[in-house]
Amino acid sequence: MSASASRPSLRETLLRSRRLDARRIFGAQAEIDLAQIAHGTALGGADLAGRSVLLRVADPAYSAVGLIELDGVARRIVLCPPDLADEALPGVIETARIDAVVYDRAPPPGVAGLVAARLTLPATPAPPQARVALDTEWVMFTSGTSGPPKMVVHSLEGLTGAIKPPAPDDDPPVWGTFYDIRRYGGLQILLRALLGEGSLVTTAPGEPMADFLARLARHGVTHLTGTPSHWRRVLMTPGANLAPRYVRLSGEIADQAVLDALKARFPGVPVGHAYASTEAGVGFEVNDGLEGFPAEFVGRSGPVEMRIVDGALQLRSSRAASGYVGAGAPALAGDDGFVDTGDMVERRGERYLFVGRRGGIINVGGLKAHPEEIEAVINRHPAVRLSRVVGRKSPITGAVVVAEVVLSAPASNEGAVKDEILAECRRGLAAFKVPAMVKFVPSLALSANGKLERPVA
Amino acid sequence: MTLSASTPNLAVPEQESCAEGAQPSLRERILARFHQVAADQEKTIAPLTDELVLLESGLDSLCFAIIVATLEDELGYDPFTEAEDVFFPVTLGDFVRFYERVR
Repeated sequence: MSASASRPSLRETLLRSRRLDARRIFGAQAEIDLAQIAHGTALGGADLAGRSVLLRVADPAYSAVGLIELDGVARRIVLCPPDLADEALPGVIETARIDAVVYDRAPPPGVAGLVAARLTLPATPAPPQARVALDTEWVMFTSGTSGPPKMVVHSLEGLTGAIKPPAPDDDPPVWGTFYDIRRYGGLQILLRALLGEGSLVTTAPGEPMADFLARLARHGVTHLTGTPSHWRRVLMTPGANLAPRYVRLSGEIADQAVLDALKARFPGVPVGHAYASTEAGVGFEVNDGLEGFPAEFVGRSGPVEMRIVDGALQLRSSRAASGYVGAGAPALAGDDGFVDTGDMVERRGERYLFVGRRGGIINVGGLKAHPEEIEAVINRHPAVRLSRVVGRKSPITGAVVVAEVVLSAPASNEGAVKDEILAECRRGLAAFKVPAMVKFVPSLALSANGKLERPVA
Repeated sequence: MTLSASTPNLAVPEQESCAEGAQPSLRERILARFHQVAADQEKTIAPLTDELVLLESGLDSLCFAIIVATLEDELGYDPFTEAEDVFFPVTLGDFVRFYERVR
């Protein structure tokens, strides 16, 4: 349901901002001049007003161009993440009632019959458009879930609710992010750069860390963000000559070790960690250098309210998504408006610490692995009676996947069975889901209702 | 005052065999894990010298996570979690010394 907009569009915000001529998005391949985008069209003048648009680009930097072109114009933008398979597109198009597609290199398969428009740079000058009429829906995909991808609906107002306006005398920031800007965490950084009168250095899938760090240094990055796993890789990369003014972590549990290592690596630079999810939006930031968050955050009033129910963090916030896309989709929040994040916390003194996710979901370097999906692959092996997949803490990727396997009968060749199980997992699963270890155990505990007992991962 | 030359960076011996009956050294056990994980993950690994930059070795973060977890099971400790001062190794030499120091 799109309403008339009472807010400026992204393009209008850019046109009103200072220093627009100097601002860029430095992609791995393309360098995008924001003034040229704001004053022109990269869509060849295609009319997508009021349409429900699938934004499917190969170069992530182009997604920024597409978002600037479409915000306030399209009724709905569905921002495809990099790992969304072509096979999932027909379902997405139907569920989200897509009637147009915007792409950069080649139109995706299965879009015959839709209005299609290609993003091409440089943008051509275009007369200023009529004032925007639509409060475009921004639709994003939840991360790393198994089964059909889930789409959640945001508004630009909600997405930018945690972003403070730029101070008049601040030096313009150059943001950098290890995230893909087509996902919630990366999009937050794109919006911070666009609304904060800054520039942005983006990466692309497959770009080597050393190359990206060299580009970040060359463009003088001042604000740099990534997951704890991204930052550990930075700490393991030689010669990165970075001098950020602000270092930020989110997307995974930030443990004290990585916070301390970053403080040692960037002396005097504020190191903050933030909590956000695609569904609940930006929750809070922690800037005292300690892991977890102060217990006083819970129950305080403000734009984001927090409570703990059965050990899980729940948030109520104007920055949360308004719902999932599609008829018959489950409610995203409870009746009282709180979103259950599924993130489990434990109180230690005056602090809450994150201990993992409910349902045993394992966060491997920011990617979420569901134990049931992995167990299903393991259980295909004829010698396996039962298996349980759990997370094991890792100082490198936050967690790794470990499988405990009960065999149908004692095997004389456990090593061969293990190799076969792992080979099957490698065939059927993404690399981060393949168990780092397979352990044979005599039995696995079942709960009273006959389900596998799952520790918090 | 004359500064002495820094400690030479000795190349890591390629062979992992050791004298009959002797325990493999910590270094040899670590290198064996690198080779094992590279083989399991079907990665081509660079020659394992002290100067080798870990992230240029052909192994990715997930491989290092597996190496650290399997070494913890084998050795009974994980220096990343146990060290007083937090440190992320850049080269293979750093990595081995980290394990030797915390042992």
